[in-house]
Amino acid sequence: MSTTTKAPKLKTSAMIASFADPGQKTAPAPIGHALVKAAEADHRIVGLTADLGKYTDMHIFAKAFPERFFQMGMAEQLLFGAAAGFAETGLVPFASTYSVFAARRAYDFLCLDIAEPNLNVNIVGGLPGLTTGYGPSHQAAEDMAIFRGMPNLTIVDPCDSVDIEQAVPQLAASDGPTYLRLLRGNVPTVLDEYDYTFELGKAKVLRGGNDVVFVSSGLMTMRALQAAEALAAHKVDVAVVHAPTIKPFDAATVLAEVNTDRLAVTLENHSVVGGLFETVASAVVTAGLGKRVVPVALPDEFLDAGALPTLHERYGLSVPRIVAKVLAELG
Amino acid sequence: MALAQDTPTRTGENTVERNERVTAAAHRIRHHALNMGEVQGQGYVGQALGAADMFAAVYADQLRFRADDPEWAGRDRFLLSTGHYAIGHYAALAEAGIVPVEELETYGSDDSRLPMSGMSTYTPGMEISGGSLGHGLAVAVGMALGLRHQGSPARVYNFLSDGELDEGSTWEAAMGAHHHQLGKLTAMVDINALQADGKTDTVLRTEPVTEKWEAFGWYAQRVDGNDVGALLAAFDNAAAQAAAVGRPSVILCDTKVGRGVPLLEEREKAHFMRIEEHEWQLCREQLSAGFDGKAER
Repeated sequence: MSTTTKAPKLKTSAMIASFADPGQKTAPAPIGHALVKAAEADHRIVGLTADLGKYTDMHIFAKAFPERFFQMGMAEQLLFGAAAGFAETGLVPFASTYSVFAARRAYDFLCLDIAEPNLNVNIVGGLPGLTTGYGPSHQAAEDMAIFRGMPNLTIVDPCDSVDIEQAVPQLAASDGPTYLRLLRGNVPTVLDEYDYTFELGKAKVLRGGNDVVFVSSGLMTMRALQAAEALAAHKVDVAVVHAPTIKPFDAATVLAEVNTDRLAVTLENHSVVGGLFETVASAVVTAGLGKRVVPVALPDEFLDAGALPTLHERYGLSVPRIVAKVLAELG
Repeated sequence: MALAQDTPTRTGENTVERNERVTAAAHRIRHHALNMGEVQGQGYVGQALGAADMFAAVYADQLRFRADDPEWAGRDRFLLSTGHYAIGHYAALAEAGIVPVEELETYGSDDSRLPMSGMSTYTPGMEISGGSLGHGLAVAVGMALGLRHQGSPARVYNFLSDGELDEGSTWEAAMGAHHHQLGKLTAMVDINALQADGKTDTVLRTEPVTEKWEAFGWYAQRVDGNDVGALLAAFDNAAAQAAAVGRPSVILCDTKVGRGVPLLEEREKAHFMRIEEHEWQLCREQLSAGFDGKAER
């Protein structure tokens, strides 16, 4: 038996399977199961991927409907060009890859083949924002910034398995193209605790509060709710508004909440450039409100590689960092 | 002459009659293209003249469509990837009876259904928005898969240029078509050896083109794209040799920019050919003289 002191086990960037907290309630592969359910009712639905079926939870759909699943190879331009072709024949494709490849590599194909003719193609983007520790090649910190400029495209940033399950049939039913920021693997189940249903294009008030209003999307709504609980211990009363549809944005609901004396904070798993913060800010300015909005978002820089918990702490997405920021703002 | 049709086959027609019919259609397409170019005073007339025989072979012989119902679900699809060839495509759509001949004079004008670069959202019978090059074949792959999935016998044709062989997406799609055994997919490549910055072999060498497509698993044929008989024979070969075994086909068509109008054939080749105001009538006369001469032989 060795007598040398064991070094502490390092956190590694391979810890990407789930961002769920230990012991948190989760649902496995919600997109795959939701697609199977939707496809049972809607024969137009087909699945496509670019060599990332297993890694975007599409394998569940492929197993249930092998004749409706099409492997396009590691070829994202073909994936989305072909998805347009499928849609032109009346089918409703859900085409999956990682967000970085959809947003950066295949933009021209999404823009001209899908968005310009306003086809019902549903883009499923894995690893949105900072949900992998693999560094800038895999981290789509700016995916919404890239996509918000594309006319006709609906952008959905779901919080949890509830959002994904409820969004899928609505995405299939909506006429034009959509982009879903996929959460994969064992995805936290959070919103079932609230009086909430996902409605495409709508923001929802999840909880009220007198001191602070959080406007959040994606997994940051989970963090917003946790931070609201933590801030209650500091006698700070926080409201949370979940805005999963980034475009078209439900400015009416959000501005009604923001236009108060409360501290307004946006929280997003995305760069501070071009995402939820700027969406809210432009709505505030357009409405002529002289209201300050504080962003919790990723910095405008290429992010580090590493373990997700480390990186979320480093870049301010963790609950303790959110709490500290709010307390500092409140002085 | 409208050629509304559900089927490309014409009973009782021999090869000579078939060639003559398609050649006459190509002549009218060239004539339309010159008229459109004159209205604008510019345009991709050289390309349209060069590709007119390809357009004619498709619209007057291969495609199943209904002129009065361009969205007919059972139609064969023709995808123009090379958006700036729209002038030739509009001429073919007029020849097919899908777009009225008198509308052609609006080409490239404000509020026209016939923009300079072809778009599906503007023009009946235009299946895709081309122009950003290297897209057409990828969309064609999805269309062919989608049609097959739904049990449709419809075929898909993609017209692309040799310049589009520079685009990596073309080759992604070529692999995808072979992998998925798309026997009802036919690509037509207009090899005029010219692209925006000059001759293809000086911009980015694409040869050997035939061998490339064969290596990607396609049934490849290279023909004189201005020889109607050769084009039709190539389509027949593709149907007999490749379609039945689920192999995609490509017809590589060597064409001459400005074909049919000696004045333009001999002019220095350019992506955007300049034609002076007084020359349009001369072009039409040369086109007609050449066609009449051929008809007399």
